[in-house]
Amino acid sequence: MTGEPVRVAGVGMTKFGKSSDRTGRELFAEASRKALEDAGVSTDDVEELFFGNFMGEFAELQGHQGPMAAAAAGITAPSVRVDSACASSGVAVRQGITRLRAGDADVVLVGGSERMTNLSTADATEALAAAADAMWEVRAGVTFPGAYSLMANAYFEQHGGDREDLAHVAVKNHANAVDNELAQFQKAIDVEDVLGAPTVASPFGLYDCSPISDGASAAVLVSEAFAEEHDLDAGIAITGAGQGSDELALHDRTSLTHTPAAERAAQQAYDDAGIGPDDVDVAEVHDCFTIAEVLALEALGFYGEGEAISAARNGETTIDGDLPVNLSGGLKAKGHPVGATGGAQISEMTKLLRGDHVNSDAVEDATVGLTHNAGGTVASAVVHVLEVVE
Amino acid sequence: MTREFRDNGYDDWFDAVEEGEPYYLESPSGNGWLPPREIDPETGERELEEVELPDAGEIESFTRIEVATPQFADDAPFVVAVASFGPVRMTGQLRDVDEDDVEIGMPVEIGVERTETRDERVLVFRPR
Repeated sequence: MTGEPVRVAGVGMTKFGKSSDRTGRELFAEASRKALEDAGVSTDDVEELFFGNFMGEFAELQGHQGPMAAAAAGITAPSVRVDSACASSGVAVRQGITRLRAGDADVVLVGGSERMTNLSTADATEALAAAADAMWEVRAGVTFPGAYSLMANAYFEQHGGDREDLAHVAVKNHANAVDNELAQFQKAIDVEDVLGAPTVASPFGLYDCSPISDGASAAVLVSEAFAEEHDLDAGIAITGAGQGSDELALHDRTSLTHTPAAERAAQQAYDDAGIGPDDVDVAEVHDCFTIAEVLALEALGFYGEGEAISAARNGETTIDGDLPVNLSGGLKAKGHPVGATGGAQISEMTKLLRGDHVNSDAVEDATVGLTHNAGGTVASAVVHVLEVVE
Repeated sequence: MTREFRDNGYDDWFDAVEEGEPYYLESPSGNGWLPPREIDPETGERELEEVELPDAGEIESFTRIEVATPQFADDAPFVVAVASFGPVRMTGQLRDVDEDDVEIGMPVEIGVERTETRDERVLVFRPR
């Protein structure tokens, strides 16, 4: 996909966390209202809705969520639900961009919603496991922490590194979230907390895993012509988009220790934006587990294979490092309502670049941001490049 | 939910393992896959043949799962591993070995057991 940049006219999200009584539609009503208000665009202007959701059938026995989300947002435009597991709303964003670039629409609403904490931990674990291969992985007992643990242990064997390296990823992302009022955990932790937490799937303890969360995210994307015509304050553009797919089951991939779908998505997004990894000032990556951030940094070309394991520990990706990663707190501390996560990355990155995020001061001169959203054990990946254009 | 239906490919393969005749699907290029597959996704070749599975596999990675899905509630904790048998990889549970003695590269053989929780078939690896 290559084409004209599209403008991020407005973004919004709910606070991520535990709000188990709030329905998926209620969450999206709030996020979409905030995004439309931020954009200064009316519901009548929206021409299409792309809505990410993954586990609505498990959590609310609700399928057919496109019209549900449209009604919640107060629009009558055509709507479609996008499911790519934890990459659902990142893919929804890319679908919206495609429509704008094709000239089929000037205004699209994109985002997603997920209600998870009304389920027990065991039931949420089962629902999340449906993002793996239901026949060949789930029936062998694989869970998501388990699948990423298989990747982590293979990585340690092949490239070295240990639990303490991973612990620094969790410590960093928790530190970034302390002042972020939209984050689930505004609480600093230290390496000892991570290493001492109960095991979920070896080598991961509780703090290596992103939490079970409720939340929604939304963004209003518009064509450059619409932004100009309506004199919108839309100084951030999405200049690059890319998506990759891979075998559903981890054991069917070429390697357990890297993520080719993300490599392909990144290459496409870089080519689309006409930039390379060295041009990126700040990144939000899909740290559903601590090892996932490591694999993402390598797939995105910021590090060579086997080299990102010590990035957080060395301070290279911390708030004052060369490449701050997950200044929002990431999935780890901001929370991970799976169908809303990709849209939330766009929301947080837009604010970081605009200057109205609580951590914007740390990246005052940043002009290029990247978001990386992954589904399953990266059987789906979507990457976006955002740039300051005004 | 306990499964009350057969899955073509999957259940046929488990039957074959229980009968001591495990196989995999091989494309002309030599890539190996578990059934059901109509096409080698890497090469586009459609001429997939059932080939006898090598007796010996090798552990490529493993993890001890403490927090399980409901269908494994009474089985947890258990060790899940990915093992390669020639050109095909698969995921199963490790049996008959203490986790502290498991190493990546360890040789294993394949088997089928039944789960504690729901008495369903599960693929297992045992040290060889």
